[in-house]
Amino acid sequence: MAVELLSYIERKSPVHSLSGATKLIVFLAWSSAAMLTYDTRVLLVMLLLSLAIFAISKVQIRDISFVLYFILAFLLLNNIAIYIFSPQEGVKIYGSSHVIIDIIGRYNITIEQLFYQLNITLKYFVVTPAALLFIVTTHPSEFAASLNRIGVSYKISYAISLTLRYIPDIQREFRTIAQSQQARGIDMSKNEKLWKRVGNASTIIFPLILSSLDRIEVVSNAMELRGFGKNKKRSWYSAKPFKRGDYIVIIVSILLLILSLIITFYDGNRFYNPFM
Amino acid sequence: MKKSIITFENYSFKYRSQTEPSLQNINLTIHEGEKVVIVGPSGSGKSTLAHCINGLVPFSCKGDMKGSLKIKGEETKELGIFSLSKMVGTVLQDPDGQFIGLSVGEDIAFALENDMIPQDQMRYQVMEVSKLVDLETKVENSIHELSGGQKQRVSLAGVLVDDVDILLFDEPLANLDPATGQQAIALIDQIQQETNKTIIMIEHRLEDVLHRKVDRIVVVDEGRIVSDTTPHELMASDVLQSSNIREPLYVKALKYAGCNITPEMHAAYLDTIVLDGSQDKLQKWFEAKKVVEKESRNDPILSLENVSFGYNQPNQTINNVSFSINKGEMVSIVGKNGAGKSTIIKLICGFEKVNSGKIRLMGEDITRATIFKRAESIGMVMQNPNQMISKHMIYDEVALGLVMRGVGEREIKERVEATLKVCGLHPFRNWPISALSFGQKKRVTIASILVLNPDIIILDEPTAGQDLKHYTEIMEFLCELNKRGVTIIMITHDMHLMLEYTPRAIAIADGQVIADDSAVNILTNEAVIEQANLKKTSLFDLAVRTQIDNPRDFVTRFIAFDKEVRDTWQ
Repeated sequence: MAVELLSYIERKSPVHSLSGATKLIVFLAWSSAAMLTYDTRVLLVMLLLSLAIFAISKVQIRDISFVLYFILAFLLLNNIAIYIFSPQEGVKIYGSSHVIIDIIGRYNITIEQLFYQLNITLKYFVVTPAALLFIVTTHPSEFAASLNRIGVSYKISYAISLTLRYIPDIQREFRTIAQSQQARGIDMSKNEKLWKRVGNASTIIFPLILSSLDRIEVVSNAMELRGFGKNKKRSWYSAKPFKRGDYIVIIVSILLLILSLIITFYDGNRFYNPFM
Repeated sequence: MKKSIITFENYSFKYRSQTEPSLQNINLTIHEGEKVVIVGPSGSGKSTLAHCINGLVPFSCKGDMKGSLKIKGEETKELGIFSLSKMVGTVLQDPDGQFIGLSVGEDIAFALENDMIPQDQMRYQVMEVSKLVDLETKVENSIHELSGGQKQRVSLAGVLVDDVDILLFDEPLANLDPATGQQAIALIDQIQQETNKTIIMIEHRLEDVLHRKVDRIVVVDEGRIVSDTTPHELMASDVLQSSNIREPLYVKALKYAGCNITPEMHAAYLDTIVLDGSQDKLQKWFEAKKVVEKESRNDPILSLENVSFGYNQPNQTINNVSFSINKGEMVSIVGKNGAGKSTIIKLICGFEKVNSGKIRLMGEDITRATIFKRAESIGMVMQNPNQMISKHMIYDEVALGLVMRGVGEREIKERVEATLKVCGLHPFRNWPISALSFGQKKRVTIASILVLNPDIIILDEPTAGQDLKHYTEIMEFLCELNKRGVTIIMITHDMHLMLEYTPRAIAIADGQVIADDSAVNILTNEAVIEQANLKKTSLFDLAVRTQIDNPRDFVTRFIAFDKEVRDTWQ
């Protein structure tokens, strides 16, 4: 079915062949770098790199388009919110004010504010491909093993990976329930007013929760009956052993993290200031 | 004397949430290497009995227990669920829900992972076990790509890998098509012969379980053991009938014909039964019963014309399907798991759009109509009522569709009350739905469709998991609706349902209609049975073996008579 989002996408690529733990470490290093820095130069380089890695992974934009649109919408919302609540943030940070459009008082649009928000947007664009790639190129079987390898307790790892792997099932279930409710006359299409559609959605959520609870009970019984939680540790059938490539990638990514931090904090400030 | 492996002594158990004990004073001994079937109607306590053996009771579901239960000489309440899982391997009834791993190998390895077995050794053990269940070529496959029967092999392998002594099967036949069910029973038998493990099966489809030899059958009813004997002895008694469990049909037929079944007749299996002396009685009974021929009308209400559909374009899931359903008919759609039955229903309801072909409703082309539009005439009841119920109170649930259509309040009240009366739910109208049994919930979902006055109701597996009593209730209710003029279409794996209630059946295999005929003709046609994974009814074999001239008529007459008999104890 076409609507399975955020599930594993099978391709043959160098990114896929890395161990899940490696990808997780890279993702964490990558996003810490992107979170910490506001240096536009660093962000631009990282953006180019992440687009390059994305191309190497052979994942197509349309494979993940739905999630991408969702994130873009969220980004837009975030930008609007920043402008509404803190329209002079850029001026405060960069210490100068170049007004382009005069509105009223603090809502004047300044180049500094635009530049600041450009940086925020860049951060999104840097982190998003990395996060998506980690999820869609790590086989779900390996997912829990990777979390466990970097020190997360195996129970928590398993809980997270089970949640992720049930997403497609729950989407399928959602569709089935939605269709049967539509057949009872609950209109979810565009013909209905928005607020009514939101209300109607509750007639799907309730059965969805009930059937998910059933599912959880069955699977937790099944796990317990087969000895899950007996020991402090467990081994993993589908963990990928670390290969040379994994070590190289991890070392490179940590070096990149350090390099980006050095560049960022070289002048004692997280922000790159073109207005000085 | 064989060594005993499971011993219940004066054992009782009461769930914390319930007032009545689910098991009362159970005394039962199972020996090493034995193959025991536990049968009983819904709510009889047979599942609780199974949970006591695998440790879910009392370690996961708490409650009060009395008496003693020893497995391999150890008192279970002093062991934990994990030590028990090393002795008892459980195959749960829902083949899809119990998978934890994504690939076959990963799922089989789950128990080994929890024992911290190193990866290399784990891979070796998984390979060994998968050979045992004939899955060695599928180890790398994703579980979702497998057929229903293969899935069951995976769950079996997942417990065999632990080298347990006792294998416990909780309704192994639920959700399997009839032919796959037979294969599952044969596989369990084969595993037992190869490994000499103790096998316990919980199941209410007794005739299907008796596809292979079993040592003992334990009948549970109302929390007590009402019979514990060999299959041949059991057939000769009337315990099954009084506990609402369906007897094998050929045994039932012999009883109707007035034959006295004795243990010496070896009646538990069709290939061991001794029929000397029964022929005459059966022949007489056959001649005494007349079939009422139903006139067939030709007044199509729904027709599919050369319908094709595929989720991915080149591979057609549904290939050039044509059939038409007449007004007032009751029709089954049968076929193996994954043959395309559900997809056809989705196309009819408009959940999916056809690639080519036409669908007509009362002559009008509805191929492009919306779900909402079709819903005015076609109602769909899903297999699992929990997938449909979205309100807290019965009245609100049934009224929902009308409220959404903007019907006036007074009319809603009238129509809902009338529907509740038809469905026998009127006394419960102000009850919360959570207080109802599964069968009653099913009625609520049927009521919530019926209230919209559809011309056609489509039901997916209306009686799955129901015992004979609830089965009869639901089906009689559907017959009642049918008599009021509602056309009914059902997807089912239950061969008896099809024979008994739907004069006509459509068999689907690989996305095509392979037979569209009377139910009796389909179930006596070897080629169709083979292709659609169905199962020949034992009545036919009985008739052939006793040299009745027209076995098909014999089947028809038996069905008609059996229905009458059960109508009287409604």
